[in-house]
Amino acid sequence: MSKRIDVKDLNVYYSKFLAVEDVNINIEARSVTAFIGPSGCGKSTFLRTLNRMHEVIPGARVEGEVLLDGDNLYADAVDPVTVRGQIGMVFQRPNPFPTMSIRDNVLAGVKLNNKRMSKSDGDDLVEQSLRGANLWNEVKDRLGRPGSGLSGGQQQRLCIARAIAVSPQVILMDEPCSALDPISTLAIEDLINELKADYTVVIVTHNMQQAARVSDKTAFFNIAGTGKPGKLIEYGDTTTIFNKPAQKATEDYVSGRFG
Amino acid sequence: MSANQMLQRRQSQLTRGHLPSYAVWVVLAASVVLGAALASLVGFSVVGWAIISAVVFVLAATLVTAVAEGERKAKDRLVTFLVYGAFLIALLPLVSVIWTVLERGVPGLSYNFLFTSMNGVTGAVDNEAVEGGTPVLGGAYHAVLGTLQITLWATLISVPIGLLTAVYLVEYGSGKGLTKAITFFVDVMTGIPSIVAGLFAAALFALLFGPGTRTGFVAAVALSVLMIPVVVRSTEEMLKIVPNELREASYALGVRKWRTITKVVIPTAISGIASGVTLSIARVIGETAPILVTAGFASSINWNVFSGWMSTLPTFIYYQILTPTSPTSPDPSTQRAWAAALLLILMVMLLNLVARLVARIFAPKTSR
Repeated sequence: MSKRIDVKDLNVYYSKFLAVEDVNINIEARSVTAFIGPSGCGKSTFLRTLNRMHEVIPGARVEGEVLLDGDNLYADAVDPVTVRGQIGMVFQRPNPFPTMSIRDNVLAGVKLNNKRMSKSDGDDLVEQSLRGANLWNEVKDRLGRPGSGLSGGQQQRLCIARAIAVSPQVILMDEPCSALDPISTLAIEDLINELKADYTVVIVTHNMQQAARVSDKTAFFNIAGTGKPGKLIEYGDTTTIFNKPAQKATEDYVSGRFG
Repeated sequence: MSANQMLQRRQSQLTRGHLPSYAVWVVLAASVVLGAALASLVGFSVVGWAIISAVVFVLAATLVTAVAEGERKAKDRLVTFLVYGAFLIALLPLVSVIWTVLERGVPGLSYNFLFTSMNGVTGAVDNEAVEGGTPVLGGAYHAVLGTLQITLWATLISVPIGLLTAVYLVEYGSGKGLTKAITFFVDVMTGIPSIVAGLFAAALFALLFGPGTRTGFVAAVALSVLMIPVVVRSTEEMLKIVPNELREASYALGVRKWRTITKVVIPTAISGIASGVTLSIARVIGETAPILVTAGFASSINWNVFSGWMSTLPTFIYYQILTPTSPTSPDPSTQRAWAAALLLILMVMLLNLVARLVARIFAPKTSR
């Protein structure tokens, strides 16, 4: 249960402003792809176009195609809700639902859609998802407690459990560790390595060491200046990007000369 | 002499030039004594004593501080006293109202008052009670029922309309012209005098069901005109502070927008919405004028909001004071009016407590 993503000639606009220009990228199934680049270069914007989450912002629109195993996400009859059911997302700041217990947070994707589920099926799904997010042992005794009572790192893993509970094909992560301490970051990175076996993972990160540690492929985005659109500069195997990049800008960025 | 002893004997450099903490109390005691003396010069009264003492105390404490601690500290003291003084002055009317209502209302508050209506209570009955020194008969049961029914119906009308309007404003209509128009008119509605709302409801029902249509329901419509803007405003504010991240988290799980609103946004904001609704009820429960023109006045129990005149506590108070049941001995009526006033205050207070309780029960849980 994981699908590949192919992006063809994608432009992203906020109203009239061209935010990301002409991206072509092929993301393999069952792999970890990292997007790196300086702030404001459009990598988060681009990530959000992969499950049509950018549409939440008024005026945001897209030209081009995003193919999920060959199906265009932006075809006329496609319902964004279906897309988001297949492509899950984890955000920068952990955002468990404050009104729900840990158990209900994990089952949120099921319950909010009013799908019927027996209690034992629900229990199984909770355990399976929490184990999948490496959180089961820490919270198994307090599933009825509020999710917002967990530490930041635990909350973020709870959000990952919540995302995988709806069994998506792809998981997008928008700087999932930037609000976390090194220990929690390590836990999430280990988790990403495990998730790779079942899911296609795309991660945006500001931390180049993190990109080097977790990803198979890396895409470098850059921006020519303020008000200019962000562009995909280089995309390739992580080792190539970090050791022998083809572009000068990539080399400057990964070697810490700017950004 | 060793260094240790030196340290003990010498005053700390850090606290030099500070008045000891009891200094303020000494000045206060002196001011109270001085205030008593000055007050008796101009003719003693407790109020005069308090005012003179307060003025003397503020001046003396500031002066003492200025001499002992310097100008900056003195200014600090002065402003602190002024702030406390303003607080006490603001508190005075409230305490005074509660005191008066308790003093005059408690004697009239009895089982009989709570659970009988004014049905059959005439001037003769009141005269008898005054002459014979027997307990005052008649009560506000019908008015309490009327208040509860009319307020309940007003709430039933206002909450769905107000809640849905707020949901539209926050979730669907941001930046649209209609939103700006609604916001503007809601603001205008907030300023509508309550008697105008009453006249509007009376005119509306006169048009629909013939002139002179006065029922509890007409009053509920009038009150809902006053309630809706309050509900819209408070709900709107509460929905606005729900973090966008929660909406995004829900969308990212493949949840539809309306489900996100009903299952994530509103539950997160429900405590604030509930207390806003309760406060809006408290706002209209004491309305008198719109009830007079829409529900008329009744002295007997009426369980049906859709037919017949009805009383509420405010109109009950109004009529008891303005047209005492027995014109020759109005005391029983006055007593009933004060008891009803106390009852009304208790109801509003209870509502506020309920609002807090509801807010606490529904509040997002953060305990570890």
